[in-house]
Amino acid sequence: MKCREILEKLSEYLDGELDPKLCQDLETHLEDCHPCLVFVNTLKKTITLYKYSGNEPLPKEVHLRLHDYLKKECRGC
Amino acid sequence: MDISDQVLVEKVKAGDFQAFEALVNRYEGKVYRLSMRMLRNQQDAEDALQETFLQVHRGLKNFEGRSTFSTWLFRLATNVCLMKIRHSQTEPSKLLSFEDYLPQHEEGEHPQLQDWPDLPDETLLSKESREKMLEALEKLPAEYRAIFILRDIEGFSNAEAGETLGISVAAVKSRLHRSRLALRGMLAEYFEKKKQKEI
Repeated sequence: MKCREILEKLSEYLDGELDPKLCQDLETHLEDCHPCLVFVNTLKKTITLYKYSGNEPLPKEVHLRLHDYLKKECRGC
Repeated sequence: MDISDQVLVEKVKAGDFQAFEALVNRYEGKVYRLSMRMLRNQQDAEDALQETFLQVHRGLKNFEGRSTFSTWLFRLATNVCLMKIRHSQTEPSKLLSFEDYLPQHEEGEHPQLQDWPDLPDETLLSKESREKMLEALEKLPAEYRAIFILRDIEGFSNAEAGETLGISVAAVKSRLHRSRLALRGMLAEYFEKKKQKEI
């Protein structure tokens, strides 16, 4: 497997959707190709960081304005 | 025990406004976060939040349950955000080609790729890092941004993301991959510098 083929398949690999044979070929390639290994690690890190970044609470005033707005607009609809 | 979405939807259809408020309470945080990431402006995100739930209330009488309530809700929310972006002048240009996000190396010739800091995710997620990540997300074309948010941040499956956006699973996979490559590419320089400081 060449570097370019690896890079095209990385999302499928990280999502566990890659065919087992291709998965094995890819992992064999990664053992010998440091740049591809770094690329996989940093792509994985990108996804994880975004996943962790996402739990800010809804500001209370936004919640209150939303409910006021909906009461006004929807009552009697 | 929580009442299911389906039961609440039926109650709303029968005119129960409290049931509607219960649905709003359940999903307002997620819809707001989606809107903030799509629009990156507090006022626009709040407008999108209000517009989405108004559309939900008006549309529920015709909701037949062919998709789940949450998929339908996120479809509405995503479309509200996409409309806002189309009406603004801030839509980024098209995504670069696949090649632009790959390391430039031929077989046998290895580029100087550096790993990122080996720190726990919580430590890496400083205020500055979060800002850089949001800036990068904003640079993706809106449809790609929506796929990445739904799939990788909100945890939708490929099928759910496809249904939400009205595209095939194959299109979701292809666009998601390009979005991930683009974001990695945009963040690489920043995190590599952090790594150098660590050394």
